Amino acid sequence: MTTTWQLCGAHRTIGALGAVAAIGMLAPLLGAQAPRGKAVYDKWCAECHGATGAGDGSSAAYMLPRPRDFTKGLYQIRTTASGELPTDADLLHVVTEGMPGTAMPDWKTRLNATERGDVVAYIKSMSSFFAGAAPKAISVGKAPSSSSESIAAGRAAYEKLECFKCHGQEGRGDGTSSPTLKDDYDHPIRAANLSQHWKFNGGATVEQIYTRLRTGLDGTPMPSFTDAMESEVVTDEQLWQVAQYVRSLGPEKDPVVREVVRAAQVEGALPTSPSDSAWAEVEAFWIPLVGQIILKPRWFAPTVDGVWVQALHDSKQLVMRVSWDDPSRSPDTPWDEWLGRIRQTMTAVDSIPIDAAQGPDRLTVQFPTKVTDDAERPYFLGGDSRRPVYAWRWTSTPDELQEGRMTGLGTFKAANSSEVTHAAVYDNGQWRLQFTRALVPRDTTTVPTFSVGTAIPVAFYAADGSSGEDEMRGAIGAWYAIYLDVPTPPRVYIAPAATMLLTAGLGVLVVASAQRRERSGRRSTKEES
Amino acid sequence: MKRILICGLALAVAACGGSKEGGEEAAPAAGAAASAALGGGSVTGHVAFSGAVPANPSIDMSAETVCKDKYPDAPVDPVVMVTDGKLGNVVVYVKSGLPDGQTYPVPSEGVELDQQGCLYHPRMMAVMAGQNLIIKNNDAVLHNIKALPTKNRPFNISQPTAGMSTTRTFTTPEEDIPVECNVHGWMHSNIMVLPHPFFATTGADGSFTIKGLPAGTYEIEARHEKLGSKTMSVTVPADAASTADFTFSATGA
Repeated sequence: MTTTWQLCGAHRTIGALGAVAAIGMLAPLLGAQAPRGKAVYDKWCAECHGATGAGDGSSAAYMLPRPRDFTKGLYQIRTTASGELPTDADLLHVVTEGMPGTAMPDWKTRLNATERGDVVAYIKSMSSFFAGAAPKAISVGKAPSSSSESIAAGRAAYEKLECFKCHGQEGRGDGTSSPTLKDDYDHPIRAANLSQHWKFNGGATVEQIYTRLRTGLDGTPMPSFTDAMESEVVTDEQLWQVAQYVRSLGPEKDPVVREVVRAAQVEGALPTSPSDSAWAEVEAFWIPLVGQIILKPRWFAPTVDGVWVQALHDSKQLVMRVSWDDPSRSPDTPWDEWLGRIRQTMTAVDSIPIDAAQGPDRLTVQFPTKVTDDAERPYFLGGDSRRPVYAWRWTSTPDELQEGRMTGLGTFKAANSSEVTHAAVYDNGQWRLQFTRALVPRDTTTVPTFSVGTAIPVAFYAADGSSGEDEMRGAIGAWYAIYLDVPTPPRVYIAPAATMLLTAGLGVLVVASAQRRERSGRRSTKEES
Repeated sequence: MKRILICGLALAVAACGGSKEGGEEAAPAAGAAASAALGGGSVTGHVAFSGAVPANPSIDMSAETVCKDKYPDAPVDPVVMVTDGKLGNVVVYVKSGLPDGQTYPVPSEGVELDQQGCLYHPRMMAVMAGQNLIIKNNDAVLHNIKALPTKNRPFNISQPTAGMSTTRTFTTPEEDIPVECNVHGWMHSNIMVLPHPFFATTGADGSFTIKGLPAGTYEIEARHEKLGSKTMSVTVPADAASTADFTFSATGA
């Protein structure tokens, strides 16, 4: 109540100029018009959110999470207390910036500020709750500075508050409660993977993460910790530390997508398992994957959204480690409940039933059957009959790797060859899978040779058996390449240095000789005069 | 202090309103007239269960040993709780018969929802609009308490330790508000928000008492989460106790 009094008092004492500024700040929708907003909404929003805003547009059934139902007046991303309406600024923020990790794009380039304000005014008119008093944002101070101590304290508070129950020990959304999580509509919902901050629905700054801890995400299982703070179960400082810890779980910056995975050549021994500590020193390349939405049955809710690829070679063998987050080690009984909800929610897509039994997790790595610099790459969905792919197909249960060919997704035919070996580990919501193969295979007629100094096209497919994913329903990536580095000969470094020295030396000579000429010229002129 | 004085105008208070406990503000204004609406009558009775008791579903609490250890046997979800032929977790309330437009004072005492052994107690309850709902955690584990109303505002709060207590109110009558814990997906309760204070929930002995009723004839309903509801017309004389006994069975007859 103190905050309310102070706010109120402040309003009464500020001057007219201040009042205008304050109104501008508190009422970002000043001048916004719901009727104009309807035109914007009908054109840009209704396809997902539905004509009446009930979250039931024509595309809604393909989406997970589903589009927001505006008629309920219930919003995830707010700066207000649990269960309160969002402020106008909150709604504008989501429209402007979008919701990372969902199908909601940012509209800052497509719609101008007036249109965004108008559409927010219109969305508010869809719920009678907005007719009441305007909601107030909670007061959020400034983030205390982050240090290794504050992050360690944040880890301790993460344990104490049992965040791991849903988010998992390493934050990958693999906690014991995660298979049971559902939203207000009984749709399955993931505990956020805290190591992928670029997918945080409400943004990834420490302030934004702290705000989510204070406000909760309404409509989801994520509760508010404000009452716990007010009951002195946790301090405000500890909540800030949790936010700092959460932010520290992922890389500092969003992963950058690069076309080529560099496989450095090493002198000594190659890593022997996916848990080899040597991998920690090897550069990791992020390869994004998306739902397979081309061939039926299409899949719009992939679990895996990318793989980290690392590779090394020693001029004889290639080793590659592929790591990806998957909160379930499939099949796993607790995830039956999750699969049940996935089936209920996603079966309408293409009307092809999803198996009631959990399959294994899968990773398929595909290459062209011949690796040459000028070769046209096969169709990225497992090739076709004209241009098949050479594939490594791994399944988690049984833990098995097969080599073979594909002429399209779901057409894998195992070959007799066994050129590649593998080892897989599952650790706190992450698979790490190492492949080892000789650059020159025993069978050079049907299996591609990998050459040093060549870019080898490669594509990945990943599937999560606990979410009804299989050989068609899963996550697919475009073609990327692995480049087997040529060791750098010493002359590469010496030649430029020598050239530089030579150039500089010549330069000095030229200048010196010019100066000498000039001086002698002047002297002769003087002598003449 | 200065700010509070400046803000002390009635108008300002109204403008600043809309606190968590909205109901408390409404109560004093209506208080005098509302208190007069209460009477000295009561309805007492038991809710019995006849026939074979249906088996309750078992709960796999292996992931939560703190709770599992509170049960000597494998824990079950006590959907139908029958003890010596008496049925617990039944809300008994005045469904109709109260004069239209009459308001009643909000009970100063709150209604408790306990979390014990990773189950809600009770599983079915009523609260008057504006009355305090006191949510307590008696388990040394994290619970979140998520209420999913449609006419009221929702809430989803965390109680990470034993002994924590949180108070919330609902402002508007609503038939059935599901309450769930997402950390323990099996935990469910249902809250009915009534516009009057004439309700009770049966405990293990199946007994209930509705107090403060003015003289009149009322339709009393007993409602169970799984077995449905039964109604009975009861006449309450002025300042006297009436009896209403209900019997449920698995077939619903």
